[in-house]
Amino acid sequence: MSFLYAIAVAAYAGCGLYLMLSRHFMRVILGLALMTNGAILMIFFSGRLGSMMPAIIPFGDTALAFDAANSLPQALVLTAIVIAFALTAFTAVLAVAAYRRFGGLDIARIRAAEDLGSPFKPASRKYPSSKNREKKRHG
Amino acid sequence: MVDQIDLVWPVLLPLGFAALTACLWGAIGAQRVVTIAGVIAQLYVSLRLLFTILETGPLAIQFGGWAPPFGITFVADALAAVLVATTGVVVLGVGLFALYDMRQRHAHSGYYPLFFGLVAAVNGSFLTGDIFNLYVWFEIMLIASLGLLAISRTPAQIDGAIKYGILNLFGTILFIFALALIYGSAGTMNMADLARILPELPLTPGVAAAALMLIAAFGVKAGAFPLFFWLPASYHTANFAVGAIFAGLLTKVGVYATFRVFTLLYEAEAPVFSLVFTGLAGTTMLIGVIGAVVQTNIRRMLSFLLVSHIGNMLMGLAIATPEALTGATFYIVHHIVVMANLFMVAGAIAAVSGSDNLGRIGGLLRSQPLLALLFLIPALSLSGVPPFSGFWGKFLLVDAAFRAESYWLAFIMLLAGFLTLYAVSRIWMEAFWKDAPIKLSARRRLPPVYAVSIAVLGAVTVGIGLFAQPLVELSITASAEMLDPASYVAAVFGEPEAVRLGESLPGETQ
Repeated sequence: MSFLYAIAVAAYAGCGLYLMLSRHFMRVILGLALMTNGAILMIFFSGRLGSMMPAIIPFGDTALAFDAANSLPQALVLTAIVIAFALTAFTAVLAVAAYRRFGGLDIARIRAAEDLGSPFKPASRKYPSSKNREKKRHG
Repeated sequence: MVDQIDLVWPVLLPLGFAALTACLWGAIGAQRVVTIAGVIAQLYVSLRLLFTILETGPLAIQFGGWAPPFGITFVADALAAVLVATTGVVVLGVGLFALYDMRQRHAHSGYYPLFFGLVAAVNGSFLTGDIFNLYVWFEIMLIASLGLLAISRTPAQIDGAIKYGILNLFGTILFIFALALIYGSAGTMNMADLARILPELPLTPGVAAAALMLIAAFGVKAGAFPLFFWLPASYHTANFAVGAIFAGLLTKVGVYATFRVFTLLYEAEAPVFSLVFTGLAGTTMLIGVIGAVVQTNIRRMLSFLLVSHIGNMLMGLAIATPEALTGATFYIVHHIVVMANLFMVAGAIAAVSGSDNLGRIGGLLRSQPLLALLFLIPALSLSGVPPFSGFWGKFLLVDAAFRAESYWLAFIMLLAGFLTLYAVSRIWMEAFWKDAPIKLSARRRLPPVYAVSIAVLGAVTVGIGLFAQPLVELSITASAEMLDPASYVAAVFGEPEAVRLGESLPGETQ
């Protein structure tokens, strides 16, 4: 069971990493989501599998039964899932915004930030120089 | 009891102001007034925490009345308290700066709530004593900073946010993996508890892999050498006030987390870690500054300089003697103030000359002598010229490196400092000395709010430089506490008897 679980974590993380290496932003987002799921499974696994007893104190008792499931990883996993959901939603919105502005999601072709103030591009190619602007104004 | 409540205010107060400004969504004027009150109150509670800690030593508070290892803990020792106080100072400066820089449309995009959310997350990361809680604060910081980064929604900002978001998310995923490995090995998430348990454990592959993943995860956050590429790809696209708060605080949270984890949970003095940190520090210092000297955009240049100086801080951990950690603590405080200030100066330069691109501006010494003075203070401090704060930070670090016989690190640091001086002199010559290439149709005035906020942080820099002794003593306390985790553990668990009680409990299945 543990071995199977470890394989599942590895598969999630591996597939996620593979997708993240893609140039397509949508695939990168899917890869991130897969990898996060792998990490979440791993947290769950780190609390050890085995007990199926819910971590609930029976009525009348004052403490958990000794063989109850470890409830801390469940709480951690819940937190991580909520956070991962919010960030995945945000990156999806970011993808929509990028698609509207650049007309595509190929990361290698999205270079707006790279071109802003880049030292490797003559400034004249990006902005019309002052001389050109003068000419336009007068002519 | 009153003292312990002080610990919570630096996080609770900005969260409250975030909620308040969100409630005043439509009323921009009211949001501004609330923000002024908020940043002043923030400075007050942060300084109050610092003075409390100076009196009492490390303090801790347990949430929900749980016994120490089970609930979430907040701990403030000298390092955390001094960083929270510095955050308060920077938040005051940038908060004032943003009053003019952030226009109505930015406020409509939720600037003020996001700003306070970011402050809460930064202080939360400094104060938390639970490593999973640290992850949660990291994520809050990430989501708030993504919103701030893309607040104008220009193509460049969307592009910057993509790079910033993806690489930082990858870092946090590594962080979760490391947390799972640590929890699987030690069975606790409380850092004080881990400080007792982890060093006793044999170095299994899980524990070792967790350490490496933590280095990578915090390296992404801090902007260390092979992992810093998101930083110069995004910081120059942000609005000026946002860039200033990012440059001041975000990377330093990563540095703080590295310091905390590798002094408390692992021992940075171990040969393998000191090798890794020496490599990271050296390459980060060199590559960062070499990237900086070719840049023509002021904020891109500053971003690379920021990366380079992260290497200076990591150098403290690479040497890991008391002197080196003292120097690194001093350096972090100095750097937070100076970097935020320089990004604000870049904003002021753009406001008076229409661009922050060195090729398109000039003649500012004649037209804006006050701005020239305000630029010189943080710029000279950054490159380590006495009598400003940077000199003392570098002096302490280089001194520690020589004492520990790490001559190469000292040499690289001095070289990087020299190249930093070269880079900022380029800004000086291009922006201030040479004649303006484009005649502006009307002379623009420096907005008074800019001058005030830059002058406030500049005064802090000069103050630290002229009266370095209190901060040096504080750094010595911080480094002594870092090297002796017992004080941290004692702050969380209280009396030694309570520690024994915690050990006798059978884990979570009590």
